[in-house]
Amino acid sequence: MGDVYDNQRAMRQMRKAAMQRGVVAILDVGTSKIACLVLRFDGPEQFRNVDGVGSMAGQSQFRVIGAATTRSRGVRFGEIEAMQETERAIRTVVQAAQKMAKVRVDHVIASLSGARPRSYGLDGALDVSGGMVTEQDISQVMANCDVPDYGANREVLHAQPVNFALDHRSGLADPRGQIGHKLTTDMHMLTVDSTALQNLFYCIKRCDLELAGLASSAYVSGMSSLVEDEQELGAACIDLGGGSTGISVFMKKHMIYADSVRMGGDHVTSDISMGLQIPTATAERIKTFYGGVVATGMDDREMIETGGDTGDWEHDRRTVSRAELIGIMRPRVEEILEEVRARLDAAGFEHLPSQQIVLTGGGSQIPGLDGLASKILGQQVRLGRPLRVQGLPQAAIGPAFSSAVGLSLFAANPQDEWWDFEIPADRYPARSFKRAVKWFKDNW
Amino acid sequence: MRSLIRRPATTGPHDPAPSRLGYRYQRLLLTPGFRAATRIGVPILLIAAIAGSHFSKAENRAALVAQIESTKQRFQERPQFMVKAMTITGADQSTMTAVIALLPTDYPVSSFDLDLEHTRRTIEALDPVKSASVRVGAAGTLEVRLTPRVPSALWRDGATLRLIDETGVVSGVVTSRSERLDLPLIAGDGAEQHIEEALALYAGAGPLSTRVRGLVRMGERRWDIVLDRDQRILLPGDGAVAALDRVIALNAAQDMLERDVAVVDMRNAKRPTLRMNEEAVAALRRVNETVSTNGANN
Repeated sequence: MGDVYDNQRAMRQMRKAAMQRGVVAILDVGTSKIACLVLRFDGPEQFRNVDGVGSMAGQSQFRVIGAATTRSRGVRFGEIEAMQETERAIRTVVQAAQKMAKVRVDHVIASLSGARPRSYGLDGALDVSGGMVTEQDISQVMANCDVPDYGANREVLHAQPVNFALDHRSGLADPRGQIGHKLTTDMHMLTVDSTALQNLFYCIKRCDLELAGLASSAYVSGMSSLVEDEQELGAACIDLGGGSTGISVFMKKHMIYADSVRMGGDHVTSDISMGLQIPTATAERIKTFYGGVVATGMDDREMIETGGDTGDWEHDRRTVSRAELIGIMRPRVEEILEEVRARLDAAGFEHLPSQQIVLTGGGSQIPGLDGLASKILGQQVRLGRPLRVQGLPQAAIGPAFSSAVGLSLFAANPQDEWWDFEIPADRYPARSFKRAVKWFKDNW
Repeated sequence: MRSLIRRPATTGPHDPAPSRLGYRYQRLLLTPGFRAATRIGVPILLIAAIAGSHFSKAENRAALVAQIESTKQRFQERPQFMVKAMTITGADQSTMTAVIALLPTDYPVSSFDLDLEHTRRTIEALDPVKSASVRVGAAGTLEVRLTPRVPSALWRDGATLRLIDETGVVSGVVTSRSERLDLPLIAGDGAEQHIEEALALYAGAGPLSTRVRGLVRMGERRWDIVLDRDQRILLPGDGAVAALDRVIALNAAQDMLERDVAVVDMRNAKRPTLRMNEEAVAALRRVNETVSTNGANN
């Protein structure tokens, strides 16, 4: 884990440098589209010298000065599969966003949706023996967390302290300066496949960009589409993407669980394509124009021309009723939602005080999806759209951009992660002065 | 079935991805420093190169200089800037002649070509002029206003008589003493450097002033007052005016200078000395002899 820790610290430094320069790019590498936003950090909140989150949850710090999307190439299930293709797509989108922003960006904060995320809840304890809890103690208690064997070829993407407890007082947000004996912490750790991460690293490096942060897209779309009380009381954000469906569960404004189902809108499209024997592009068009999950009597009469280019009149003039289309789409959507249900059950979502479910992502635009989802996932389902941020073009305010918007919120004020705290003393190099001081403290 | 109308081949959707080189080029162009350099630096370089190649030829340079000169000339020779005449005030005839010689001769002349300060300095360098003001007045006239030097003495320098003021500046020449009878005559080596003292003596002459012919500087140290009838008053280097006052007092008491005295020597204040004329001395001796023989005879 040491390598990741240093990597993540380096990325935080890079983010700081990007903030100083004032321009940072957001790159949401999805399966169906790649979105890039260029943010300029010069809002009125930027130079506020008050601690804590500013007004408007910190989104008035920045302005979107460039936005571009492109069809994603070479990405399947949210993982990069054909490096060259993806690199070209990233180049396209970054260049377009730069052109709109009229400024060059060097730092990019990226999110990835697939890569098989896995959540772990860790806890650690530290004996502070009646002293005051210092920053060093906090980093030490996080270092004391017993990390499970999450397997080779996995990397830690997020490691956030969710809760601190001092003796018998739990639910402390910031135990620094308090006096107690035993400090314990609960930490949420998210690991992903390291190969997917490395591929993304490599693609971004090939585009002459510096990676200034990485986030799971399930997490950031939850940040942008869940409102504050949902994040506080407990809610799940279902990000119905193209190739994968991200699940993130929030509680007390912390992500406590994240997962992803390797199914998404692209599977619906391929079902349509196979079922109606039409090209994928046509299937995608038909899905977005006429798609739905609840058929009515009217839908039997609404005929959709599937078109074709073969030159065979019979083949090119086929029509399909909307009810048939819905009949193809609905089982797949149900399958996705049931898989989500299974993941949420496995995570113990039913134990949360509030079980709000928010559907977002491009797939959530299917008409009637909320009705279907409430049958499968529970009564409290709503469709979520991302937060409004300054300067975002009209074309990019839909739910398909919730992870891009969330990523910009993440860029503006990221939650504290393990590597944001002081380096614990035993991680210092062997001849460090601090380490010597700690040895004296412990032994006298 | 093959369609009869030829359509462009549609092999998948168009992929607009920029090439790696194009991407880098775009990024370079969006770099703020590079943008500024190209927006300002390149035009400047271009202009510099064009100008350099144009002016590397001597005839182009000459043409530019000529162009500038002619433009300057045209501007300077506008009627508003032309000086058409001159007036000189406060000078006598001879000074005026000398001043006119220093001023530009042919009018009209552009006021840009006049160096008024220089002209003023050269006019002030003339002996008869104490100060001058030179300006281009209204209606294009060069106005020269002179303050002439007022001579306060005549200085006999060898054979010539010069007019001299109290600061010792010579302001002219006169041919004969009779031209300026109102001024005292001063002579002798180094006399011109002590005009003020001479004027003080002259002013202190009082009742003798009608008789004073002039003052002579002796040995660049002290003054002699020359009266008519070749009488001389030899004054000391220090306290000359006081010594002169003594002489005047003696004269008032005893009519000393009415007598046949050649020299009143006041150089030693403790011992004023008179020198009589030869004939007076002889006459005195004769008288003394007569008196003595008469006495002896008696």
